[in-house]
Amino acid sequence: MSAETLEKAIEKKPAEALFSKRRKKLVSDPLVDENPITIQVLGICSALAVTTQMKPTLVMAISVIFVVVMSNLAISLLRNTIPSRVRIIVQLAVVATLVTLVSELLKAFAYDMYKELSVFVGLIITNCIVMGRLEAFALGNKPYDSVLDGLGSALGYSWIILAVAFFRELWGSGAVFGIPVFEYVSSIFGPDFKLATNGLMVSPVGAFIILGLIIWVQRTKTGYVEH
Amino acid sequence: MQQSNAYIITFSVILTVVLGLLLSGTSQVLGPMQREAIALDKKKQILGAVISGEEIEAMTPEQINEYYSKRISSIVVDISGKEVSEDAGSPVTAETVDIAKNYKKPADERLFPVFIFLGEGGSDDVQSYIFPLYGAGLWDAIWGFIALDTDMNTVGGITLAHAGETPGLGARITESGVQERYVGKKVFDESGDLVAVQMMKGEGKDYSGDEHKVDGMSGATITANGVNNMLRSYLSHYEAFIKEKSSSTAVAGL
Repeated sequence: MSAETLEKAIEKKPAEALFSKRRKKLVSDPLVDENPITIQVLGICSALAVTTQMKPTLVMAISVIFVVVMSNLAISLLRNTIPSRVRIIVQLAVVATLVTLVSELLKAFAYDMYKELSVFVGLIITNCIVMGRLEAFALGNKPYDSVLDGLGSALGYSWIILAVAFFRELWGSGAVFGIPVFEYVSSIFGPDFKLATNGLMVSPVGAFIILGLIIWVQRTKTGYVEH
Repeated sequence: MQQSNAYIITFSVILTVVLGLLLSGTSQVLGPMQREAIALDKKKQILGAVISGEEIEAMTPEQINEYYSKRISSIVVDISGKEVSEDAGSPVTAETVDIAKNYKKPADERLFPVFIFLGEGGSDDVQSYIFPLYGAGLWDAIWGFIALDTDMNTVGGITLAHAGETPGLGARITESGVQERYVGKKVFDESGDLVAVQMMKGEGKDYSGDEHKVDGMSGATITANGVNNMLRSYLSHYEAFIKEKSSSTAVAGL
């Protein structure tokens, strides 16, 4: 890690552009090539649990983006003062505080969402993506880069759970964002035609299947192999 | 240098204080809004026992508050069905009675709120009586509200909620499809004994011929048993009140 930081210090002598190639890569890498869910297979628990419908999934995604970005920022700002012997518990305290903030805000402004997501907002604390980024990146990099890195990872997580939720809600409940798509499509083909929904998609098993398919498609395209 | 014990302890203390202040500050600022949200949610649940979920979803919070204050009146009774107006010297209202806290007391010391659903005609035009329910599911608490029509026997509707039942199995008690199974069922048998409504084991059978049974939820028998126990015990706690009301309406009917 020290070699890496040294390298960065040399590299950054002339002021780096706000959106330099390296920084763009920080955001774009976790979207596909280093995706936390499909490649690193982290954060699966919540990916399975909250993705029955698009709306709670979107709230969950926004919450995770907020927590990952803010905790990366906070830890990166404190990185030279955090005693290394207690760094994990310091990270945990920061993450837990941010998650509690999100939970309190939801409780005040979106109580129905708060009820629906229930424990899963709290479980962002244990989402491996958050701690993983803090340990692997924020502790050794400057605040702005850490924010970009957090944003990338969180967006990578978000688009996958939103994709899973899209198919689960469409096939499981025949709707997208609560809009009854199946009902509408069925009505075009006459009164006797009815698109059936699949109960399996509503249960967590459905998420495994969809997630597996996404990983399969992605790995076929990128040619990624586990080492 | 910065790794000395003193440094670590100082760092931890400062961090704890800063984060603690941040959290308690947020909680102070958001507290009133959260209490409002919880009160609104309770009103939604109460109204859910008498009007459909879609109707409630279509209303704004202000409309719900207005509808609630116009159409719901409430009293608090004790186990013998007598109206209670104060508890340990302070006045009680049905909305502020904490069902979960009362659940921990022995039944004869509890306060029992009753919510009365009124028609357009005002306070004399009683449509149904709504009783709160509280009990244990498989993993955690379950609760709800049941509405009885003015004959004090027919179920007008029910809302059920839970803290931590299994998603897709026990958590299905919140689905309108499950709750609608209760509508039209009877809680007393012909001789006037309380039998409540029982959710049966297994799913997919037709119980439309049986006034006291509803179709079960596949894979969630323990949650269903929890619902059954909750219904039975709370209806029995309200039995005195229910009997009194049904005899008085019978007299009025003559």
